[in-house]
Amino acid sequence: MPGRDSSVKEALNKKGAYGKDIDLERYEEGSKDADQVADLESSEYRRYMENVGVVADEMARSGSLMFIDNGMSHCSPRIQEGLEVMSVSEALRKHDGLKDFMWNAMDPAKDKYTAKTYLEDGDGFFVRVKSGYHIKSPMQSCMLLKTNRTVQNVHNIIIVEDGASLEMITGCTSTRHANDSLHVGVTEMYIGDNANLTYSMVHSWGDKTNVRPRTKTVVGRNSNYVNNYILLNPVESIQSFPAADLAEGASTTYNTVCLAHAGSDIDTGGMVSLNGPGSRAEIMSRSISMGGKMCARGRLVGNSPGAKAHLECRSIILKDGGSTLAIPELEAHVADVEMTHEAAVGKIARDQIEYIMSRGLDEDQAVSMIVKGFLSGSINGLPESLQKDLDAAIEQANLGS
Amino acid sequence: MTEMLRIADLRAEAGGREILKGVNLTVEEGETCVLFGPNGSGKSTLLSTIMGYSTCKVTEGQILFKGQDITGMSVDERARLGIGMMMQRPPNIFGVKLGDLVKASAKNREVIGQAANFKLGEFLDRDINVGFSGGEIKRSELLQLTAQKPEFILLDEPESGVDLESIDLIGNKVRDLLFDPASGSERHVSSLVITHTGQILDYIGADRGYVMKEGVIQRTGNPADLLRNIKQNGYGE
Repeated sequence: MPGRDSSVKEALNKKGAYGKDIDLERYEEGSKDADQVADLESSEYRRYMENVGVVADEMARSGSLMFIDNGMSHCSPRIQEGLEVMSVSEALRKHDGLKDFMWNAMDPAKDKYTAKTYLEDGDGFFVRVKSGYHIKSPMQSCMLLKTNRTVQNVHNIIIVEDGASLEMITGCTSTRHANDSLHVGVTEMYIGDNANLTYSMVHSWGDKTNVRPRTKTVVGRNSNYVNNYILLNPVESIQSFPAADLAEGASTTYNTVCLAHAGSDIDTGGMVSLNGPGSRAEIMSRSISMGGKMCARGRLVGNSPGAKAHLECRSIILKDGGSTLAIPELEAHVADVEMTHEAAVGKIARDQIEYIMSRGLDEDQAVSMIVKGFLSGSINGLPESLQKDLDAAIEQANLGS
Repeated sequence: MTEMLRIADLRAEAGGREILKGVNLTVEEGETCVLFGPNGSGKSTLLSTIMGYSTCKVTEGQILFKGQDITGMSVDERARLGIGMMMQRPPNIFGVKLGDLVKASAKNREVIGQAANFKLGEFLDRDINVGFSGGEIKRSELLQLTAQKPEFILLDEPESGVDLESIDLIGNKVRDLLFDPASGSERHVSSLVITHTGQILDYIGADRGYVMKEGVIQRTGNPADLLRNIKQNGYGE
């Protein structure tokens, strides 16, 4: 599409709508010729993977995928019936129709990051659940940045066909040698009618890593989409504003849990367009500033009668030096919609801390207990193993005052 | 008998206003003392000040616990010395499970297994006080105190907001807290109890009564006599 190519080239100079601008020239393009990892358990990257919820033994997973920089390094052979897993480049060779899904939900000229991924012809994972299949165990993928001063431009496609369901865990991380790097992950998800997708993303980066994921999900009639996002470690900057379009009777929940450490600049949330009659959405954000900058956005757009949605941003400031900003937006284009929001920003209420202290716990223990509860109790329906990982990570995050 | 608590000339502010205006009061070891007084007289402020809540600021006077000056101590230091409090309106704590707090504070770890006796079996996995009824809050406070095993307990209107059916359970659980289960009749935990109705005294009795009015202790005496007098004459002169 020559016309599109030229507009996308122009978009290389288009800054993201939110977040600080990243100079793409600072980074080399990451290699597509990745090291092959035959066995995740003996892989040198095992601890990085496990840190973001990707299990090495794969026993409780229906399949695994791993990208190192820009090339696929592992694709699990443990594939279940009804589930298709491979790189997008291979899927394009196999399925003629796939090109219709490529850059369909996501405009490649959205900003410089999508443009770069489009122009570099970024590869990524392709996951498809065939119509009527319910994949019992979660599918997992790992996006690993291995080389310093490079950009990871991956383009993933997930298709859950009519009447099918899938749970997917994606862990994105960088090795300690690749601290100063950029991750751009474009993910397009297509959920058919009467289908379910739970997509949980866990991030863990270096304190000099910049991250610009771009995610768009199209949710079919009477289908349900759950998006979970967890970030507990320091990062230089993350800007992400995943979006979903809902058809008639469809529903979605966005859950975000973030810790903004000193030096971190996090701008994340979600946007849902309620396009179908009776569609429903819930956007929940829980964040804590430990001296870093945290911006929690949520945007609900009611375009159809009977749409119902709620947005909730709660943020605690645990240490001075940073900031938190909650930006809830409700936009309605028809009369018969019900959309609400609540936002709360501030320190932990003193009476809560002292109530716990009155049972003999010291102030640090009381604050830690409240903060852990605030974070870990915030996501309903997280895969069990991921909930355990989240609890363990929160446990180790030194959340005392 | 040795002195468990001594309040000496205590003045304290809450919300920028002086509420306690020179309180003097003692509780002996093993003694249950009752605090009567009209609404707004400063009873709850006194209990919160003894527990060390920062909403109450001591401006003068002393709080001695087992002879030790605790006036400047933090809430948790007081709790670890052996003071426990049943609050009338404890805060909601989203995300923190009742069972987790009970486990974290328990000297008596067997209590977790006894939650059903407090009709709280299904509440251990619930966020503390969130959506609890009046009676559920009281039972939750008593479960926590039973785990904590304090030597001295501050009870702020244990029977208020509780239906008739639940009051028996609450009265018996308060009794279990104060009396030595081995002897059955010997009181081994001291307490200072606020009550408006006196109903709780049917379960725990009382050794001494104080009447508080306008931030000072106005009268001291036999609790039954004081209550009878209040019922007949109100809190007037």
